[in-house]
Amino acid sequence: MMDGDLDPRGFSDAQTGEQKIRNFNLNFGPQHPAAHGVLRLVLELDGEIVERCDPHIGLLHRGTEKLMESRTYLQNLPYLDRLDYVAPFNQEHAWCLAIEKLTGVQVPRRASLIRVLYCEIGRILSHLLNVTTQAMDVGALTPPLWGFEEREKLMVFCERASGGRMHMAYNRPGGVHQDLPAGLLDDIEAWTETFPAVLADIDGLITANRIFKQRNVDICVVSQQEVLDWGMSGVMARGSGMAWDLRRAQPYELYDEFEFLIPTGTNGDCYDRYLVRMEEMRQSLRIMRQAIAKLREPEGQGDILARGKLTPPKRGDMKTSMESLIHHFKLYTEGFHVPEGEVYAAVEAPKGEFGVYMVSDGSNKPYRAKLRAPGYLHLQAMDHLSKGHQLADVAAIIGTLDVVFGEIDR
Amino acid sequence: MALVVTPHFAPADALEELQAHVELKHPDLVSGSSIDRGELSLDAVASDVPALVEFLRTDETCNFTSLVDITAVDHPGDAKRFVVVYHFLSMHRNQRIRLRVRVRPDEMVPSITDIHPSANWFEREVFDMFGILFSGHPDLRRILTDYGFRGHPLRKDFPTTGYTECRYDEVQKRVVYEPVSLTHEYRQFDFMSPWEGAEYVLPGDEKGEKG
Repeated sequence: MMDGDLDPRGFSDAQTGEQKIRNFNLNFGPQHPAAHGVLRLVLELDGEIVERCDPHIGLLHRGTEKLMESRTYLQNLPYLDRLDYVAPFNQEHAWCLAIEKLTGVQVPRRASLIRVLYCEIGRILSHLLNVTTQAMDVGALTPPLWGFEEREKLMVFCERASGGRMHMAYNRPGGVHQDLPAGLLDDIEAWTETFPAVLADIDGLITANRIFKQRNVDICVVSQQEVLDWGMSGVMARGSGMAWDLRRAQPYELYDEFEFLIPTGTNGDCYDRYLVRMEEMRQSLRIMRQAIAKLREPEGQGDILARGKLTPPKRGDMKTSMESLIHHFKLYTEGFHVPEGEVYAAVEAPKGEFGVYMVSDGSNKPYRAKLRAPGYLHLQAMDHLSKGHQLADVAAIIGTLDVVFGEIDR
Repeated sequence: MALVVTPHFAPADALEELQAHVELKHPDLVSGSSIDRGELSLDAVASDVPALVEFLRTDETCNFTSLVDITAVDHPGDAKRFVVVYHFLSMHRNQRIRLRVRVRPDEMVPSITDIHPSANWFEREVFDMFGILFSGHPDLRRILTDYGFRGHPLRKDFPTTGYTECRYDEVQKRVVYEPVSLTHEYRQFDFMSPWEGAEYVLPGDEKGEKG
């Protein structure tokens, strides 16, 4: 036998067991900074190419829908904040819309304008986080620092209106919890004057950046057919050139009064979605300015709650009227009753269509509440979208899907 | 005070048109339909779901190309205990439709993953939460609950506290699972008015029964 002969029975093939190539399985997460939360991906890699991607979700599952069945409609409202905790206001808004749809309550104009204002603040909160952390996922460190500073200012506005920096619990079925404090509108308006400069800074930092473009252009291209097949909504649909926005298509609140444009992408890649998000922030600013102007008009004054069985009586009434006192007590213990029926109410949350499907049996608690999170469908398409991409692109794809595990795991 | 009416609803006549169209084309597949609060709901039986969904997707007038949601509702008293609820959206017609299917606990629902790939995770979730099986689903695993979880949490007879709890054991240096032990009773206050729907016996009620 010759020295170095691998097979004692004679040479058959150059491939030894060691040399045999097999696909490599990689566990990505659950604790990974680029996983945007607790996501576990089981990746099957052929070299550096992703062959299969199996997302394991549910690590943040808190049983929100189960808990909701044993709490009153009002007690359930703060749970909605904890879904997409990046833009909490938009979720609780959907909950209130569902209740208002079931009960047929109409919201005062001022409350509706405040809702629009804070919905857009929520959109900017979410997009700022997404755009800047997307840059971080592909290697840039500065954008998040700049973006988070603006987020901090917006959260101060949230705190001043509701007391909660993130989890506002500001919406109420029939309006909002309380009126805006004096001076808040002026400060928000002043912020809308300064923010475009910051946005231009971030824009200058990322948009033309060579590395950012190399990592995002032509990555995760989504065609219009894929958007329909995988049930995508929001920026995922608009990035592929579909001008679908619930604020325009199925307007809720006063959105049909506002002037804004719906940006769409042409290529449907990560870079287009980034550009769409940047433009949406500018459009949100536009809506915010209009909302502030409308809130200052005489028509924009008045009560912020539709007074009735769904909402508490005024403090002054409770001092003089026994019925008001009883109403207040019953509202916060027993809660209000919602007529029997089922509804589906959806809003254009920053991440896509957020919906609440509510089945009521006529009691003070929802019989069943299903929260339809946009990220759930987007993450579901992960296997389809990441196939054939490199491992490093997985981080960019998770970033562009804009997943937040509060809403996916519920 | 000006009040804002959120136009949740598609024009009523358009919905009625759609309702009539579906019933005309497929009277065999649709067992009932209703329009409530501006939402069109169709009722069907489980075996007809794929055919009906395919029709809703491909028909020119319907064009419900996006699946919005699949979920279920549990009615423990009924023989057909579960209602599987599908929501579809047509971006072309700007309309929504709901499809309700009543199923027995032992009944299988045909999967629609071949028609809408996005049904995959929704069906897994319904299986996980309610234990409804979907025939023809490529990968019907649990999705939201823990690895090795037992039971189906969103069934009405599943307790909110669950059966197991886990903690990190300092001695064994690993996470251990134990039966739930509550240091005090689970707080479930009943605030329902005793005049409407209280389910407990009020003190003094027995006097009435004696008389």
